[in-house]
Amino acid sequence: MLDPSAYELGVTDLDRLLALLADDGYNCLGPTVRDGAIVYAAIASTADLPRGWTDEQAPGHYRLRRRGDDALFGYNVGPQAWKQFLFPPRERVWQMSIDGQAFVPAPDVDAATRHAFIGVRACELAAIGVQDRVFGGRPFHDDAYLARRAGAFVVAVNCVEAGGTCFCADMGTGPAVEAGHDIALTEVLGGDAHRFLALAGSERGAALLERLGCGPAAADLASRAAAGIEHARTSMGRRLDTAGLPALLARSLDSPHWETVAERCLACANCTAVCPTCFCSSVEDTADLDGGLATRWRQWDSCFNPGFSYLHGGEVRRSTAARYRQWLTHKLGTWHDQFGSSGCVGCGRCISWCPVGIDITAEATGLRERDAHKAERPAAAART
Amino acid sequence: MSGARPRLAVWKFASCDGCQLSLLDCEDELLAVAGKLDIANFPEASSAVSEGPYDLSLVEGSITTPHDAERIQAVRRQSRVLVTIGACATAGGIQALRNFADVDDFLRAVYATPAYISTLATSTAIGDHVAVDYELRGCPINKAQLLDVIGAFLAGRRPRVSSASVCTECKRRGTVCVMVAHGAACLGPVTHAGCGALCPAYDRPCYGCFGPKELANAAALAAHAEGALGADRATMTRAFHTFNAWAEPFRSLSRHGEPPPEPGHD
Ligand code: SF4
Ligand code: SF4
Ligand code: SF4
Ligand code: SF4
Repeated sequence: MLDPSAYELGVTDLDRLLALLADDGYNCLGPTVRDGAIVYAAIASTADLPRGWTDEQAPGHYRLRRRGDDALFGYNVGPQAWKQFLFPPRERVWQMSIDGQAFVPAPDVDAATRHAFIGVRACELAAIGVQDRVFGGRPFHDDAYLARRAGAFVVAVNCVEAGGTCFCADMGTGPAVEAGHDIALTEVLGGDAHRFLALAGSERGAALLERLGCGPAAADLASRAAAGIEHARTSMGRRLDTAGLPALLARSLDSPHWETVAERCLACANCTAVCPTCFCSSVEDTADLDGGLATRWRQWDSCFNPGFSYLHGGEVRRSTAARYRQWLTHKLGTWHDQFGSSGCVGCGRCISWCPVGIDITAEATGLRERDAHKAERPAAAART
Repeated sequence: MSGARPRLAVWKFASCDGCQLSLLDCEDELLAVAGKLDIANFPEASSAVSEGPYDLSLVEGSITTPHDAERIQAVRRQSRVLVTIGACATAGGIQALRNFADVDDFLRAVYATPAYISTLATSTAIGDHVAVDYELRGCPINKAQLLDVIGAFLAGRRPRVSSASVCTECKRRGTVCVMVAHGAACLGPVTHAGCGALCPAYDRPCYGCFGPKELANAAALAAHAEGALGADRATMTRAFHTFNAWAEPFRSLSRHGEPPPEPGHD
């Protein structure tokens, strides 16, 4: 039985928590400000967090803004996802010499490095869960991913504000942290107090909170935390009607809507790169000039890239319309058949970080409207 | 290729030499290249030039004179495999800006005695004149890609050169997008990968050195830049009007907002 105690932490307690994790050998990673955005990087203390910053997000638009307070987690998700640490953009799969005598199965993963992820949002936890099923839930396991995943300690943070492109509430993935974390924090500011409600989500999280030795949460802290999460839930920047979506997409393969997206889409692959669930990669082999040493690499690839659907004799999806359709129908439709959930957790990254602001929720709505229109038309025709 | 080392030739047409210098710039690897290939004709590196035919020809530069238009035919005849290197050879280069204007105007403005100059009205890619086996993009090319193309030739494998967007490289290296986060009009989404997304990593928008990628929707990028980002039309026209200006769709966007050119100027 997991310890249900709710603890009350101050900022200095959070610093002690980070220090304990570091003592335990974890490499603490968390949000930091770099180049006008919040990105994940190594952090040593709460001084490294984006104190007093928030992010303004809209389709194709992201700006950091000053908040009027000292919140440490007063923003939503940035361009990067935790997948960069669990499923790195480029990794060595193996390396060998051509004579076969020095076969070196040395993947880049350093299984001894254990990461602690600080400030993971509910949508991001859901995305990690999706990738766990992709890389570990089927007959062929990605052992390097699973090793990195097993080592990771997750300190999650409940969102008390939603961003301009967030829609986790409609995807059933947030804003409240429910599963998959070791510790869940909720930041509550008010008056002179800067407090965190902390709850354990796992045995090792409970053990760490116990070592931290903080007192129980005051009654108002839990209620204010809950009110904050409720505020986030009701202020989502985007909405997505998921009712019957897989079937809707399956019957929309010939919709003229795909062409209207293709007129704007650059087929640049940013949406897939920022998506925390997109998992596609390609492998490439490199060799030195005398062919003595061959290395196989795996790197992020995308259904938007030429060559990604190359089969013998050519590519399957040659047009931008076909590539966007592949992405959206997989993400919101066929993902259910393949992995038992939607491939979208509603984080909004693909909307904010699309250079031309193509909005997955708006495109899904556009497809729905055309579908409804198509269903109505025969009836309308019969009347005239 | 039994026994003897394959014979390499490096040719120069209208260009700045920067791409062939990338080969000399390979330093450590150059020795390995020299060990694997007989450098039979590379005037930039050695005055010892031996006759063709050649197994591998690297061609730098564009075709801008009647003489060069003939010379490239001779190069092709002597070359088993012909690889073009750099924006001049693959797209006509910066000198293809002449294609948008009247070359006689330039001659009169620049040369005291224009009658001595024998030139074509256009600067065009090698591939517009002869069959090309492989095109390596960039202004300049990436030397690691050049080595890979040579390695691929030696091993009889496909070159490992990505045809994705610059954005793909940009996101892999974790750069914050200068377009979304700073409002800069970046050509990365429509530009062929190859540089490793160098400019955005230094907070600069991509200049399009590697030319248009496949399915480059340059018009949509320009429309977004001029709309949501507030760039003016002249800025966007200039953005496409550089080293790869003669490659479509950059070519059309280079004339963005201008009246169509008079016949005979292409
Ligand atoms: S939807 Fe946007 S981010 Fe995705 S490929 Fe198209 S233009 Fe790029
Ligand atoms: S599809 Fe878009 S909103 Fe959905 S999880 Fe991926 S990046 Fe987030
Ligand atoms: S999508 Fe939900 S959980 Fe994710 S950042 Fe936005 S509000 Fe938070
Ligand atoms: S900075 Fe430029 S190259 Fe990089 S992702 Fe943004 S648009 Fe693409």
